[in-house]
Amino acid sequence: MNDIFYKLTVSHFLILAAVLFAIGTIGVLMRRNALIVMMSIELMMNAANLTVLAFARYHGGTAGLEGHSLAFIVIAVAAAEAAVGLAIVVAVFRTRRHADIDRLNLLKN
Amino acid sequence: MKQATLLWIPALPLIGAAFNLLFGRFLSRRTVHLVAVAAVAAAFFYAAYLIGGPLWELFKAWRADKAEVMGGLYQNAYTWIEVGSFKVELALRLDTLSAVMVLVITFVGALIHIYSTGYMAEEPRYAAYFGYLNLFTGAMLILVLGNNLPVMFIGWEGVGLCSYLLIGFWFTEEAYAYAGRKAFVVNRIGDFGFILGICLLFYATGTLDFFSPNPDQPSLMSESSIAAYRETFFGGERLALFAGLLLFVGAIGKSAQIPLYVWLPDAMAGPTPVSALIHAATMVTAGVYMVARMSFLYAHSTTAMAIVAGVGALTALFAAIMAFAQTDLKKVLAYSTVSQLGFMFVGVGVGAYTAGIFHLMTHAFFKAGLFLAAGSVMHAMSGSGDITKMGGLRKLLPQTHATFLVYCLAIAGIVPFAGFFSKDEILVGAFGTDAEGWFPMYGKVLWIVLSLAALGTAFYMFRLYFLVFGGENRSDPETRAHIHESPLSMTGPLIVLAIGTCVVGFLGLPHLSFIQKHVPNFLEEWLQPSLVDFGRASLEGSIHEAHANDVGLMTLMGIALGIGVVGILLASALYGRGPSAAVGRFTAGAGAEIYRLAKNKFYVDELYDKIIVRPFRWIALGVFEVIDRFLIDWVLVEGSAFVVDIFGRIARWFQNGQVQRYMVGLVLGGALILYFATRPKADFDWEQVDTMTVQFEADVGKGPGSDGAQVTFDFDDDGAPDFTATWKKGDPPVVTTWSFSRAGDHDVSMTLTDAVFKKKATVEKTVSLEEAPAAQQAATAASVEKAATTDESGTRQPVETGGGQ
Repeated sequence: MNDIFYKLTVSHFLILAAVLFAIGTIGVLMRRNALIVMMSIELMMNAANLTVLAFARYHGGTAGLEGHSLAFIVIAVAAAEAAVGLAIVVAVFRTRRHADIDRLNLLKN
Repeated sequence: MKQATLLWIPALPLIGAAFNLLFGRFLSRRTVHLVAVAAVAAAFFYAAYLIGGPLWELFKAWRADKAEVMGGLYQNAYTWIEVGSFKVELALRLDTLSAVMVLVITFVGALIHIYSTGYMAEEPRYAAYFGYLNLFTGAMLILVLGNNLPVMFIGWEGVGLCSYLLIGFWFTEEAYAYAGRKAFVVNRIGDFGFILGICLLFYATGTLDFFSPNPDQPSLMSESSIAAYRETFFGGERLALFAGLLLFVGAIGKSAQIPLYVWLPDAMAGPTPVSALIHAATMVTAGVYMVARMSFLYAHSTTAMAIVAGVGALTALFAAIMAFAQTDLKKVLAYSTVSQLGFMFVGVGVGAYTAGIFHLMTHAFFKAGLFLAAGSVMHAMSGSGDITKMGGLRKLLPQTHATFLVYCLAIAGIVPFAGFFSKDEILVGAFGTDAEGWFPMYGKVLWIVLSLAALGTAFYMFRLYFLVFGGENRSDPETRAHIHESPLSMTGPLIVLAIGTCVVGFLGLPHLSFIQKHVPNFLEEWLQPSLVDFGRASLEGSIHEAHANDVGLMTLMGIALGIGVVGILLASALYGRGPSAAVGRFTAGAGAEIYRLAKNKFYVDELYDKIIVRPFRWIALGVFEVIDRFLIDWVLVEGSAFVVDIFGRIARWFQNGQVQRYMVGLVLGGALILYFATRPKADFDWEQVDTMTVQFEADVGKGPGSDGAQVTFDFDDDGAPDFTATWKKGDPPVVTTWSFSRAGDHDVSMTLTDAVFKKKATVEKTVSLEEAPAAQQAATAASVEKAATTDESGTRQPVETGGGQ
């Protein structure tokens, strides 16, 4: 019954990833500052990355490195996304003097 | 049967029409009418060449050996429709019957084209007029040359279209446009019957060709078709009756017979040469031509022929009465045309086809002449056709007067003008015919009705003649000052037609033996190969009987001539010096009522308006309001826009530009998909395998949660599991059996716990056990009783459990 405190299983990683993902999602949905939203997205990506790595270890042991390589791809994509996203945020800030997502509603109608 | 390039006959006027309608407006009047007249004249000369040359050769061959079938000249221009066994070729055929029609159409047509150059000289839409006139001629030629009903129908509709265009030629006058529309609509009613007749014939015979050049290919005239006409249909009458009557409905519309004659008097709204060509000489005779062309069909139903003749005779008399009281020159002639068409229908209806076609031919000459002369009179009278304002034109319009008198004598049936010969043939035919299945003396009744109509004809025509040309001039001084004889382009055709009126009658001399011995009735012999008919012995025989008796014939001719003379004398007495006092007394006193009726055309137009036009308008209005306004405009058009609008308004709430709210939708959607995709689905089947035993098979689904899913059954509805099993991938389906203690309905539930999320799904079903079969009933009764005694609480005990625990 108390195994959960003494044995590290894949479930621990998955629970952590789920918590991180939930925090990220809530951040994306609720924060107003575009910069924080960007960071929350990063958090979600890392949560996904964590599940990928956990499963990679759980199923493949050390033999297959597909999971690990996928994690690197995700990191690369996340870096690219961060670069583009930050550039957009900076551009928006320059023209509007703010980065408040609630006020960026040009998609309306 | 011989091949010939017949296509040129209708093609020449059609080319002329295309030329004038497309380019005529840019060209001078001279060019326009030269092209138009040349097109028709060329068609006439070409047709005359074909008839005088190759067709004459065939006719001579046929005369030498009458047993041979004479097909005439034939051309298959084009295969129009070919669908399975249904094949329609654009086939034309020139036989002796269509030869008569072609000559009349092109000859009279050419004269009327020439006349139009004078009559329509001031017309601004000169090219359109000649284009339509040429188009009409082409369509009419297709009608008479077509070798099958569909091709005939092209012409039939084509002439109807041209009639509409030309009646409403001066469409800026609302009444004229209305007259054109009326003609078109009334003709549509007839055409509907015509189409049904075509469909019925095709249904019955599988072919629509009048004549087949290939003996193996069936036609409407071949033995198999004849057998079909004689078959009874709808229980009792022959097919020939139904097909014949449906086609005759078309003829009634086109040839203005009761009850569809109403359009023809109104059709006088068109230019007078149009009335002469279309509404007197050619188009309106299409119905008569059709009946003669289909003689092989009508010959097989004496009832159909009796109806054709009866309608014709009634129309002849009825129209003649209406003509008495008309005061418009062209209206009198219009009713006269209706009446004369009735004569023709009696002719073809009693089986005297030659007489009907003969009258058609002579009528084309003198009625076209009458209309052209009327046009000449109206031309002189500044366009007015009111005969009460005319009179005394004899000296002012000498040529018009002389020709008009010839036509009047012809239509009144005075020897030796054409009308005498042809009308007499019809009267003799009616008198002498007594067909099998007819009422006794039906032919004699027709003869009496026609004789009265003939008396009326002579009377109203000479009333017209005396009112226009006799007595003193009654017009106002201004009009009188302008009265002048028409130009040569108009009087020329009048004179040619008058000569024709004097000559054509001799083509069909009476069947008196002393005449026939020297000069046989040429027309009858000429038409004979085209009017081949089968099993018409009764009709044929009786006509020849009448012919054989010279004294009887002479008496009939004498009566006919006497009737004509009496009519003329009566008209002369009453109208010789303008309307006499006696006429005034009659119309004001004793005959006031009948005069009013005749003058108002027996209120037939009003009657049709009340019983047909108005109800139709109401229906149309109702359909417009309910279907068009409500259903289409409101429900479909506005309704669909409304629904889209509602959805748009709802969707707009979501599309507020707040990117985070979009994201909420995305996350919620993803969560919902996850929830539903992982939900386990439980189901089971049951089957009664024994008296009380039921076999259950669990369905664990196909998702990832199925592998290792746990299945629990509760058979006795007590909440506690009665059977539990776990299914793994690769296992056979979970199957178990359960024995119930009694028959009837039992509630059974199954719970499935999926392997991944441990979610539970429960399904409950009612299992109905059938009563035990009769043979086993005795055996099971004891055990049921035992079960009832051992377990009083009512809890059913499991008897057997299968499968693993």
